Amino acid sequence: MKQEIRSTKFGRYGGQFVPEILMPALEELTEQYERYRDDPTFNKELDYYLRDFAGRPSPLYYARQLSREYGVKVYLKREDLVHGGAHKLNNTLGQALLTRYMGKKRIIAETGAGQHGTACAMAGAAFGIKTEIYMGAKDTQRQRMNVYRMELMGTKVIPVKSGSQTLKDAINEAMRDWATSVETTHYMMGSVVGPHPYPAMVRDFQSVIGKEVRTQIMEKEGQLPDSIVACTGGGSNAMGIFYPFIDDDVDLFAVEAGGSGMKTTEKEALHSASLCMGEEGVLHGMRTKVLQNKYGQILESSSIAAGLDYAGVGPELAYLADTGRIRPCSSMDSEALEAFHDLCRLEGIIPALESSHAVAYVKKAAESGELGDIVVINISGRGDKDLETVMGVRK
Amino acid sequence: MRIGDKFNELKRKNEGALIAYICAGDPTPDDTKRYVVSLIKGGADIIELGLPFSDPTADGPTIQAGIERALNGGMTPDVYFKTVGALRVNTPLVVMTYYNLIFKRGLETFVKDCASSGISGIIVPDLPAEESEELALLCSEYDIDLIFLVAPTTTGARMDRILSRGTGFIYLVARLGVTGARSDIASSTQELIKRVKTATPKAVGFGISNGKQAAEIIHAGADGVIVGSAFVDIIASGKDTEQRLEALARELKDGIRAVKEK
Ligand SMILES: Cc1ncc(COP(=O)(O)O)c(C=O)c1O
Repeated sequence: MKQEIRSTKFGRYGGQFVPEILMPALEELTEQYERYRDDPTFNKELDYYLRDFAGRPSPLYYARQLSREYGVKVYLKREDLVHGGAHKLNNTLGQALLTRYMGKKRIIAETGAGQHGTACAMAGAAFGIKTEIYMGAKDTQRQRMNVYRMELMGTKVIPVKSGSQTLKDAINEAMRDWATSVETTHYMMGSVVGPHPYPAMVRDFQSVIGKEVRTQIMEKEGQLPDSIVACTGGGSNAMGIFYPFIDDDVDLFAVEAGGSGMKTTEKEALHSASLCMGEEGVLHGMRTKVLQNKYGQILESSSIAAGLDYAGVGPELAYLADTGRIRPCSSMDSEALEAFHDLCRLEGIIPALESSHAVAYVKKAAESGELGDIVVINISGRGDKDLETVMGVRK
Repeated sequence: MRIGDKFNELKRKNEGALIAYICAGDPTPDDTKRYVVSLIKGGADIIELGLPFSDPTADGPTIQAGIERALNGGMTPDVYFKTVGALRVNTPLVVMTYYNLIFKRGLETFVKDCASSGISGIIVPDLPAEESEELALLCSEYDIDLIFLVAPTTTGARMDRILSRGTGFIYLVARLGVTGARSDIASSTQELIKRVKTATPKAVGFGISNGKQAAEIIHAGADGVIVGSAFVDIIASGKDTEQRLEALARELKDGIRAVKEK
């Protein structure tokens, strides 16, 4: 089942659909990544940063009250406790180290919620590499604190005013920058999306999550969980926790943002559920499932969680969904909010609104028994960044 | 008219080609029909008509804005083929668009629609040679040229692969970056023109906006010059558009002609 890095595809998904200018850079990145992914020195250094800088391993916490309330045994993988407050740093530390090994002098990236941008800023500062982040102008408004955090760490944040002014436009603009600066700059993709090798590389850097869960659940339960549930925007926290279990008898649930309803118009979707509702297409360098209209124009997606608000999804998830290995599902804004409050109240943990989608799905699905007895939820991030949004809804 | 025939005709006249890009439907489909006529009157030898996509990652701000105007003006692939099919011109037409629009329409349907609306070539900036096999087969079946780009970063085996697959002309990307008018010609452009060794005509684009630059490009050994953003800028201004499109095409073509007369 595991994909050889040599192929640029997952079944018919993935590939490299980018302007010719970028192709040599992707070849170089693939080559360098293949060279270092199993290199002992590289991995020793990465392990050091993951432990002493990021604070790994993150705990696997038995959520007693939530388990009682939801009627299923729930463990929380505490990526919210990773430095910066989200899983995103696992990936950026890996890519920043690779940037150093490749001898490139500058990092650029896109960010939606600002979580990946923040993780880039942290890694960029830690490694002393100049970092610039593209962020949709709309997102710079709704995530002001993250913009400020990035700036504090010496990162330049460039607001993107084209298109819908959200994540997909930030990716477009970062790709344009890269086409100009490719010789000196590494593009740090923030999820398991984009052209090969990003989906495989980001998955590998995030797989530390699932590897830890494996050890931790064996210690606590002496067996693997029945199911693992993760929210899915681009899909990096999901692939990271799923991948080490891909050959096991564990059900894997990818929870997408159902937004305010599973409806679309000519130009926009009320949700961001590309696996559930998308059609095959080519976006941002990859063939995958995409929210698009009948002509192939990309729709503006929507979600209360900025980090899930994306019209595409990682190609490996599209492939695993088609083969039936993962189960795509969704939670709506309102359900995610409810679960957000559950976790705050019952466990003293304030989750990111993204992660709250995963919690919400467990709440819905536990009763039917489809999750089995032991569930692991990936709490991909903490919710401090979302307090203004939640307060806004309360009013 | 086929692209190859046009280049042969120009070769007999010892003349380089002017390839003019505008975005179809910018700002309305009817305007496009008139603008194409102006460009041809001014001396354009081949017309590239953009089919607008919502997420044009290879285009700079000027063409992005044109694409946005066209989408707001109601341009869709259906309207595109109708508009292009209604053009009565004896000039090769080339469609430039992003892969998702082709993919969504169905590769064969798209190529068929090109053939029946009189389009002789297809350019897809986000489709590298590695991913192009299926489209290339269909294009050869329907007698349509599939035009590939080479960049200053393209080398070795990739260059060979592209040159062996490309037909019509080879699109040389003058510089790193995205589309958009610039004032200078990079030395890397001249180098690239020398590096690309092929019997297929070579046309250079990205950043060319005036007659002097066009002359330099032809002087450096290219067979054609591709100009887009400078035309789209005129359309954006919305003033005396037809006259100014024609005048700029004439200036560019004069620059191109001047080289070969020397
Ligand atoms: C906390 C958190 N969870 C999840 C996501 C979604 O990304 P992915 O699907 O790649 O894990 C984000 C994105 O910013 C995030 O910040």
